[in-house]
Amino acid sequence: MFDVIVIGGGVIGGLTLRELSKYNLNCALVEAQNDVAIGQSRANSGIVHAGYDAKEGSLKAKFNVLGNKMMPRVAKELGVKYRNNGSLVVAFTNEDLVTLQTLKARGETNGVEGLTILSKDELRAKEPNISDNALGALYAPTGGIICPYELTIASIGNAMDNGAKLYTNFKVSEIVKNQDGFTVVSEKGQALDCKVIINASGLSCDKIANMVGDYSFKMGARKGEYILLDKENSNFVSHTLFFTPTKAGKGILVTQTVDNNILLGPTSTEQADGSTVTSESGLAFVIQKVKEMVKNPPLFNTITSFAGVRAYCDRHDFIIEKSSACENFINLAGIESPGLTSAPAIAEYVVKELIGSLLPLEEKADFNPERAPDYFFKNLTNEEKTQLILKNPLYGKIVCRCEEITEGEIVRAIHENPPARDLDAVKRRTRASMGRCQGGFCQPRIVEILARELGVDMTEVTKSGEGSELVWGKTK
Amino acid sequence: MGENKMKLNYDIVVIGGGPAGLAAAISAYDNGARDILVIEREKRLGGILRQCIHNGFGLTRFKESLSGPEYSARFIEELKKREIDVALETTVLSLTQDKKVQVINEQGVFTISAKAVILAMGCRERSRGALNIPGSRPAGIYSAGTAQKYINLNGYMPGKRVVILGSGDIGLIMARRMTLEGAKVLAVSEIMPYSSGLKRNIVQCLNDFDIPLYLSHTITEIRGDKRVTGVTISQVDENKRPIKGTEKHFECDTILFSVGLIPENEITKSANIPLSPRTRGAVVYQNRETLVDGIFACGNTIQVHDLVDFVSEESEIAGKAAATYILEGAKEKDSVATINGNNIGYVLPHRIDKNQKGHVKLFFRVTSTFRNCVINVVSGGEVIASKKRNIAVPGEMETLILTQDKIALLSDDITVELKEGV
Repeated sequence: MFDVIVIGGGVIGGLTLRELSKYNLNCALVEAQNDVAIGQSRANSGIVHAGYDAKEGSLKAKFNVLGNKMMPRVAKELGVKYRNNGSLVVAFTNEDLVTLQTLKARGETNGVEGLTILSKDELRAKEPNISDNALGALYAPTGGIICPYELTIASIGNAMDNGAKLYTNFKVSEIVKNQDGFTVVSEKGQALDCKVIINASGLSCDKIANMVGDYSFKMGARKGEYILLDKENSNFVSHTLFFTPTKAGKGILVTQTVDNNILLGPTSTEQADGSTVTSESGLAFVIQKVKEMVKNPPLFNTITSFAGVRAYCDRHDFIIEKSSACENFINLAGIESPGLTSAPAIAEYVVKELIGSLLPLEEKADFNPERAPDYFFKNLTNEEKTQLILKNPLYGKIVCRCEEITEGEIVRAIHENPPARDLDAVKRRTRASMGRCQGGFCQPRIVEILARELGVDMTEVTKSGEGSELVWGKTK
Repeated sequence: MGENKMKLNYDIVVIGGGPAGLAAAISAYDNGARDILVIEREKRLGGILRQCIHNGFGLTRFKESLSGPEYSARFIEELKKREIDVALETTVLSLTQDKKVQVINEQGVFTISAKAVILAMGCRERSRGALNIPGSRPAGIYSAGTAQKYINLNGYMPGKRVVILGSGDIGLIMARRMTLEGAKVLAVSEIMPYSSGLKRNIVQCLNDFDIPLYLSHTITEIRGDKRVTGVTISQVDENKRPIKGTEKHFECDTILFSVGLIPENEITKSANIPLSPRTRGAVVYQNRETLVDGIFACGNTIQVHDLVDFVSEESEIAGKAAATYILEGAKEKDSVATINGNNIGYVLPHRIDKNQKGHVKLFFRVTSTFRNCVINVVSGGEVIASKKRNIAVPGEMETLILTQDKIALLSDDITVELKEGV
């Protein structure tokens, strides 16, 4: 019997699980896919928003500002890359300039510090490649960037290191209410008992809530398409550049990523089924908008394009509450932007306030908030590298040449919490094959390593779980 | 050969143990250099030739048709006869202009000091990602070279029903290879109105197996959630935009990309060695010296060759020059630039040093298919070399010899240009 089961291995479920693991509670996270961080947390802009966007008094505003303040510490504890690069909301029309004033006032009401309006010249001084048509900008010095899947993986790994359990390929098909709480049943017939459920299943939040008779909200989804540029162009912009928001949303952004790529996007199209198929028109739109924002974007150095899904609910604010249908079922639904930023604050609130009202919270004496610090071998000094190689020679073998990732890191990702079981899982943990050749050289080698470490044949190694096998039997 | 032996200083360090590195090291030795190290990241020497088990290598150099491993074995044998150190499973992390080479292997991270360096890192394939091809991102999408590695080195089949995008040589070779292994290759789709592969590969790898080649076509959609289930190709207009209504749908489980090769130059960039935007490799003089004294570059790291035979030839030039540099030191240069004029994509070498003796072979590619054309080398308004071609195609590298007497008289940059209809 678990005290708490979290449904959904995204950043909300992940950070909530980690928060739960601080207490003497028996907790588990169930994830439908072969790995965690595979839905919304796999592909979004990775922005730590300052908090000027959300409407005054909304949950979005409250948790955004709190989460923004918490993020640097959480990132440091988890060994996740975070950079406080600052955001710029750029105005291109006189109407935009008026909107910037509104945003500034709203941000100040929300408690965002340091907001200033920049003139054309001040903007240009900060971002030399900005379009000549830019008239000014709202500068938010507390804006930042983080890698969303890295944060998710690290928080789940840290929770597991502190005793939480992870069940992957556990697609919830039924939730049975009983005397002590619930039995959560998977499509494959696994059953887990628990006292409390936290529903953090992203796009599936309504379907999961329906299973306990909660029909109080409906989910929808938008697709966002992105283009990623080579890290060679990392200095093309240094801040996160937004267009001035309109009714349609925040629009396309241009930003550095914490891994020094340049990220362009996202589009925003209704996509109820959550598909992440990219389209010619979507990618063309990204390119068109980016050319409006900056001069001569180095699009020739594109290394990949992809799409992510953004779930929203029909209430258009976060749902962070006990279900009206049963009180030991907590909905964390509709956590759209600024959900990533808000995640640490939501997790803390949910556990302290909501779980605290249902279960006794007794702090774990031996909780370790930190993950191993040597996460990226390439960031170590030569001496540290050599020391590590002498302990484990696999660190002396570079597998991914573009991102300089060693066999030691890949093997560790396969065995460390949460364990990588497929090629994409290795990629998200180590960055192997995320560089400019996109795995052209190293993919067969990583498949070999996965097969060896998992004790299976290469034909059983997948890209992203069952049905995505990479090779189909021996040659003649 | 001192296998897996590495000191911390050498006269010459060769980065890469593929065909370019092997030929350069041997040539450096034969021209008098003695203290040489070849650094190779893989377990074995040979580079990409290790997975090229098809024939056709060496026709120019050895007058016989060899497989990739056979071709490289000839060079490895020659290397073994000479006292040249080889460091295997050793990766170069960075290089500086004063020729400190930082490497990593199972013993640790080391800095090797060299007096001269030869860059021979080869090239890599352009990926699907670089092309913004819309669709899903399931398993079953490989670059042609990755598929080749799975099949020829690992012994596994990446799929059974295949569509290939791009008619580069590796794609053509893989069309045949996968057919011979029992796969069905449904189509090869090429965005240009001509193939970028060698004529002989079109005939031997596609025509002989009845595999259709769709010119002026590109992939407009990739389908499949976990694994590829299908692909749509469409005809493109002269601006390479897909034409509506020309879609052809294929049910397949595998897509191979053979859409171009890009010189590998991360190490070159780490040393801030100037690169040419045309070739995306280091700017070199005719002796394959880069703009940094004592650092040379050869093979596919400076220009993607059609035939390995030419890689070997080019690398011998670099090896000899590195040996001369070690024995005689740096020399004054007096150079002019080479410029790609009308209808020419690039010219290599990028600079010609008038103080260097000997003829210079200019390498270049034309930008499209041309018939009945003349290619001129012009300097100071005067044609100093010329050749006529019945047909010139981008897929086949062109060369022209510039004689020593003409070079001595150069006072101006030289331009290579192509004129049609003569």
